[in-house]
Amino acid sequence: MTQKRRDFLKAMSAVAVANGAIGKGFDPEKLFAGITQTATPSVGDPLFRELAMVGLEAARGAGAEYADIRISNRNDQGIFTRERRVQGMQSSETFGFGIRALVNGAWGFAASSRLTRDDVAATARQAVAQARANRVAQLKPHVLAPVTSVGDVEWKSPARIDPFTVPIEDKAQLLLTANAAAMQVQGARFVTSNMFFMKEEKTLATTDGSFIVQTIIRSQPGMNVTAVDQSRGDFQSRSSTEVQPHGKGYEHVLDAKLVDNAPKWAEEAVQKLSAKPVEVGRYDLILHPTHLWLTIHESIGHPTELDRAMGYEANYAGTSFIAPPEDFLGKFKYGPEFMNVQGDRSQEGSLAQVGWDDEGVKPEDFMIIKNGIFNDYQTTREQAMWLDWWYKQNGQPTRSHGCSYSQSWADVQFQRMPNVSLLPGEQDISYEDIIAATDRGIAIVGDGSFSIDQQRYNAQFGGQVFYEVRGGKIVGMLKDVAYQMRTPEFWNAMDMIGGKSSYILGGAFNDGKGQPSQSNAVSHGCPPTRHKQINVINTGRTA
Amino acid sequence: MSKPRSLYAPAGFLTREESEAIARRALAAAKADETRVIVSSGARANTRFAENQVSTSGDNYDAEITVRSVFGKRVANANTNKLDDASLAAVVARSEALARLAPEDPELMPELGPQTYGTRPEPSQTETPTPAQRAAAVLAVSEPARAAGLISTGYMQSNVGSFAIANNKGLFAYNRGSSAAMSTTVRTPDGTGSGWAGSAHDEWNDLDAATLGRRAIDKAVRSRNPVAVEPGRYTVILEPTAVANLVQLMAFSLNARSADEGRSFFSKPGGGNKNGMKVVDERVTIVSDPMDPAGRGGLFTGEGLPTERIVWVENGVVRNLNYDRFWAQKQGVSPTASSGVLRMSGGNSSIEEMIASTQRGILVTRLWYIRGVDPRTILFTGLTRDGTFLVENGRITRAIKNFRWNESPVFMLNNIEAMGTPMRVNSSESGQGGGVVIVPPIKARDFNFTSLSDAV
Repeated sequence: MTQKRRDFLKAMSAVAVANGAIGKGFDPEKLFAGITQTATPSVGDPLFRELAMVGLEAARGAGAEYADIRISNRNDQGIFTRERRVQGMQSSETFGFGIRALVNGAWGFAASSRLTRDDVAATARQAVAQARANRVAQLKPHVLAPVTSVGDVEWKSPARIDPFTVPIEDKAQLLLTANAAAMQVQGARFVTSNMFFMKEEKTLATTDGSFIVQTIIRSQPGMNVTAVDQSRGDFQSRSSTEVQPHGKGYEHVLDAKLVDNAPKWAEEAVQKLSAKPVEVGRYDLILHPTHLWLTIHESIGHPTELDRAMGYEANYAGTSFIAPPEDFLGKFKYGPEFMNVQGDRSQEGSLAQVGWDDEGVKPEDFMIIKNGIFNDYQTTREQAMWLDWWYKQNGQPTRSHGCSYSQSWADVQFQRMPNVSLLPGEQDISYEDIIAATDRGIAIVGDGSFSIDQQRYNAQFGGQVFYEVRGGKIVGMLKDVAYQMRTPEFWNAMDMIGGKSSYILGGAFNDGKGQPSQSNAVSHGCPPTRHKQINVINTGRTA
Repeated sequence: MSKPRSLYAPAGFLTREESEAIARRALAAAKADETRVIVSSGARANTRFAENQVSTSGDNYDAEITVRSVFGKRVANANTNKLDDASLAAVVARSEALARLAPEDPELMPELGPQTYGTRPEPSQTETPTPAQRAAAVLAVSEPARAAGLISTGYMQSNVGSFAIANNKGLFAYNRGSSAAMSTTVRTPDGTGSGWAGSAHDEWNDLDAATLGRRAIDKAVRSRNPVAVEPGRYTVILEPTAVANLVQLMAFSLNARSADEGRSFFSKPGGGNKNGMKVVDERVTIVSDPMDPAGRGGLFTGEGLPTERIVWVENGVVRNLNYDRFWAQKQGVSPTASSGVLRMSGGNSSIEEMIASTQRGILVTRLWYIRGVDPRTILFTGLTRDGTFLVENGRITRAIKNFRWNESPVFMLNNIEAMGTPMRVNSSESGQGGGVVIVPPIKARDFNFTSLSDAV
């Protein structure tokens, strides 16, 4: 690294000046002239309100009974390193708007990156015209649950350090230092590391009268170390899955301590080369939170999405074993009585945290599984109406849980997962306590390979590191481990759960669903758990 | 800028002249030793349906520019979809600021000079289908499904777009494309049967929604009330979509560097790679050709290299691995410039003949949630879905419950018993079309089903 920090700061100042000129020096008259003219303003600019109203009024004027417009400016940054070199530095921004219109119960959506008055109005009319065209293939109208206007509001991710203000040189240096620390471990042959950052400034205006400005920041550092035994044609990798993505700023990268942890991950990659192949059979599984979050995501998070349960994802993401709702709500025993799963968008620093969803609904925390019984689905405004009977039966208002989200201005919003978290048990049991209480089992740390069927019954999960547990102690490392399970039996086989101090927030930066496929970021908090007599397979084969 | 033809139609794509003009404006603002500019644009139209009616649909248009700046051995990229002069200058400045601060990259390769590219007629599709055209395609599936008392869901997407590369060494390349894909899943109201059909094309007019609907309806009806069959190793008859789901996984693993570094199935124990070694059945040949008549591949790579016909596997023997420019130079070979098309050889057996010749086996429509388990053997896991049938004594006897499998395309391609005529398939799990993949149906022995799934 030959560049000095002051050189960097000087250069970044120049960029900041250039960017600042875009936001402050624009001419509103030119803004309306089209993309070959001057630049667009930054999100939050007063002009956005005017343009949003142009869109909503055009949609209303064309016959929409409801419309919303999202104007979004999203920045992404990625840094990728390998051993002693930076493989890539990528900075991208995308800016545009999408308008959704409901006309006689049919949806239309149109989006454009040309933010001029004429284009906004034309795009709104296009969304309405599209909804009208869709009516020929419409059997019953889409109806929205009521929402109260929130007026003018604003929300920001709880980031202490905006990652886009941190010198890129510092980021690269941190990754290269971590790589060097990993490579010092004998037998560690290859290492890659990376950082991803996302910052979206999003303005939502609805014909219900809400005008919502939000700034969402997410950060993800990561590393992967590979050890190779070329003589035997073997290689093993260890990813830094203890470091999960969060809805935080650069402080999350600093807290991850990549440099300090790199030797441990490298040593474990090397150890995996000589680990004992697992013997197939049934074992008590002790699942560390860095692993369990993904099992929760796949076997609880997705099947409790109401659009899946009602068949809207049947052509891609699948349906759900928890359907139809009338057979399962309030009846289905998902797991033991101490199992409680919460849906929320309120956890500090979680990936799905927002102030309002993409329909202007302020989300509330809600119980998906309560005392082991399936209690509620994830919903949007349209979906809440499908459960009107259930909410009336329970004396609850029919309102959305605030699960509407779109990955970008170019995509229509639809039902996406909030944070779905397994709440800790009442007793303060630790991961070590669970190992000590286990006579014959396998402890799995970190998430690895994962796959689950289209109704979320049959799943197979690998991991990062596997430990053989005998007589309450870890006696060695295993490899080629995966467990196969059927969701209801797996959760009902849970007999131990960690307490509050063992709770960790994991998550997925890019969770896919929908057609066209969209990406969502979601956190899953959980303590460690133990599951009795789960089927373990050996995935090692010879080519 | 091409203009919307009506209220329904979004803007299309940037023409060659428009793309070049934008690239030139960005290059004029550049101060780096080397600058590459990529200009891409396009419109996407989609309609989604569920419960026999449209659920959502969308039209959008976007154009974006990516600038790659090099100072000495330092390099970085920046991207924006704001194409006004100030924003172009800003994205160039952002790219250059990042590049100046990037650590030196010892593997950096210089920008290419002007290249000569292959030619072919441009696609005739210049606009995305209107919402009314897409709604009509929905009705072609949903009305017959409704008439049969079934529930159809599905998705269609069509794109028109352009992609251009320019650099300050005089290279300019422009390519225009279009695509259309559709898939539908039809389910029985009792939730015991599900059938899928999908296709992918270069142009919207090639898409036949009614035929897809009939296939999915037929499968849904036939797949009702599946019974459980013990997991284990079975002879399978994989329809082309299922073959593509697997074969493309092997293609993704053909990376020369990871093979040379000892961390790939294509690594040779003791050092080196398996180029020249037989790895699958001798009837298997896998080729990429940008001029393949079944689907358009790219005429140039992201660096501007002209793509060419590449034989990856010939009669079961590895003939080429994928070399980037740096690794090719280091190893003293030519870089591979692949078009992204994947074509596998076939045979003369129809699926009906494969069924007729099978004593006991499983017919598989498609595979789902395919995830890597072990790169040493290209071992993947996943499930069967939307049409899984038991074959006994030469005929389909019943619908069966789905399986989880743990299998490698390498093992499957070593166990071939029969192959049919290659055809282009919708190769993505998402139904959005995926890359151009042309594969045959395959009958193979000893496919490893490891557990049962209750999912329909």
